[in-house]
Amino acid sequence: MLTRAYQHSLNGSHLPDGEPLLEVDAVSLRFGGVKALTDISFTVTQGHVHAIIGPNGAGKSSMLNCISGIYHPQEGEIRLHTAAADGTRTLSTLTKLPPHRIARLRVARSFQNIELFSHLTVLENLMLGRHIHMNHSVLASMLWFGPARRQEIQHRQLVEEVIDLLQLQAYRSKPVGALAYGIQKRVELGRALCIQPALLLLDEPMAGMNAEEKEDMARYILDVHELAGVTVVLIEHDMNVVMDISDRVSVLDFGRLIADGTPDEVKADPAVIEAYLGSEEEDADVREAVEHMQRLTEEESRG
Amino acid sequence: MSQFVSMLAYGLADGAILALAALGFVLIYKATSVINFAQGEFLLVGAYMFYTAFVVLRLPLLLAVVVGVVVATVIGVLVERLILRPMIGESPISIIMVTIGLSSLLRALVQMFYGTSVKPMPKILPTGSVDILGATVPLNRLLVIVVAAVVLTAFTIFFRRSRHGIAMRAVADDQQAAMTMGISVRRIFAMAWALAGVSALIAGVLLADISAVDQNLAAFGLLVFPVVILGGLDSVPGTIVGGIIIGLLKQGTAVYWEPGLATVVPYVVLVLILLVKPYGLFGETRIERV
Repeated sequence: MLTRAYQHSLNGSHLPDGEPLLEVDAVSLRFGGVKALTDISFTVTQGHVHAIIGPNGAGKSSMLNCISGIYHPQEGEIRLHTAAADGTRTLSTLTKLPPHRIARLRVARSFQNIELFSHLTVLENLMLGRHIHMNHSVLASMLWFGPARRQEIQHRQLVEEVIDLLQLQAYRSKPVGALAYGIQKRVELGRALCIQPALLLLDEPMAGMNAEEKEDMARYILDVHELAGVTVVLIEHDMNVVMDISDRVSVLDFGRLIADGTPDEVKADPAVIEAYLGSEEEDADVREAVEHMQRLTEEESRG
Repeated sequence: MSQFVSMLAYGLADGAILALAALGFVLIYKATSVINFAQGEFLLVGAYMFYTAFVVLRLPLLLAVVVGVVVATVIGVLVERLILRPMIGESPISIIMVTIGLSSLLRALVQMFYGTSVKPMPKILPTGSVDILGATVPLNRLLVIVVAAVVLTAFTIFFRRSRHGIAMRAVADDQQAAMTMGISVRRIFAMAWALAGVSALIAGVLLADISAVDQNLAAFGLLVFPVVILGGLDSVPGTIVGGIIIGLLKQGTAVYWEPGLATVVPYVVLVLILLVKPYGLFGETRIERV
């Protein structure tokens, strides 16, 4: 399926692989007296799949919300490196920007609880991903002349490629609200891809899916990463998936960063094992994660 | 038969203007969740702005229309920026009170600058009449229907198809997600108010042309409420259907029953709809868990 020729590159970053793309620098976030994040620092490298894991309530989603500008941390900075097509570098401080400006820097995201425009069709949802790339005025779009018309046709081609990549052909003109959960998750991924992201943030893209759907989704994410070269930051509970597809893993617990490294390093880290085993939470996700962890380490030690 | 045809023409003309006025109301409600009690005054201000450009400044008709549209846009944007934006996050009741205050303010400003007397304005639409099926129907009513139909179609296509229209619908659907698509929610809010200003201006000018430039324009604007309650507060097609039904009902009552009752009938409908189908014909039913 990867042999089809796509005209448009979905990767919006012109940084060479291996360079730092996103720097999270000593970020702390409080809600009143509750500390959601304390002094978090890590770096996301261009070309990586970077997983953020941790027990429920560890602050993973808060972290993602800080990156995409929905929350503004009280302390610390988040910086994004961008390179133009001609190689000019810019460094933007995301923590000072509102969400729509961050989106224009091509930081795209999906949400844990699907946030699609449920009254709009799949096509319209995806076309909204092209919003930042269209710049004609209200007047032009009212009269539907010149640039408005030309642009929409061109953008539609890219949208069709995303539809093809994620196999959404059958749902093109269906209102999103009427689609099955698994399909909605895929549409949300597609909408983020239509931004041609420099950085793709996925908040639990496989939550609530059965094994088969999870496998499909993992496949799509890998396609996006390997085929298109998009850098992905991913929150996920399923340890098998995380260890399988990530290049780097950051572990949060009670709002603190307790480990940051390759999947192998993280798996062996005593603090991580403690965080998962030590928690007495009756949460199925956590128990499941712990069991996976143990099994993986056992397999590892057995060789 | 002839009575019926002329009732139809008058009713549809009224309904078309109502639909235009209600469109602005629905736009604002849909995009920003503000119930704008000053919509009638937007009609009033729009008509007076056009009057100023066309009669006082003696601009040619087309230029006067352009000036009117620009001024209406500016007023819409200013109202959003100066009055509604500071209210973001306040309770709906406070926001309603603010728009009621705004309506008194706008009416007072118009009275201050233009007085309360009826302003003479030359008719824009031809005043002749045509015979349809034995009924003498004034030409200007028919043209009002045509103009309103064109404008409403244009607006509908704009919402359905254009990127700005889709962005507005996206904001109405999910503000947070819209922001992460790079859509500036503030700009969309400003755009909703500006478009509401423009549609009210068109409604105001059409209405002034078939009646007169005076304070009563705002009272006609009050009929927006039966229209949007009937059509559904958040439905663009609902404004058209609602406008036409209320317009016809009003004229029908005046012709076949009792002219005095015609003023009351729309509000009787309002109450009945609230009792029977509170979200209107096309409105979205919201089920809230408490």
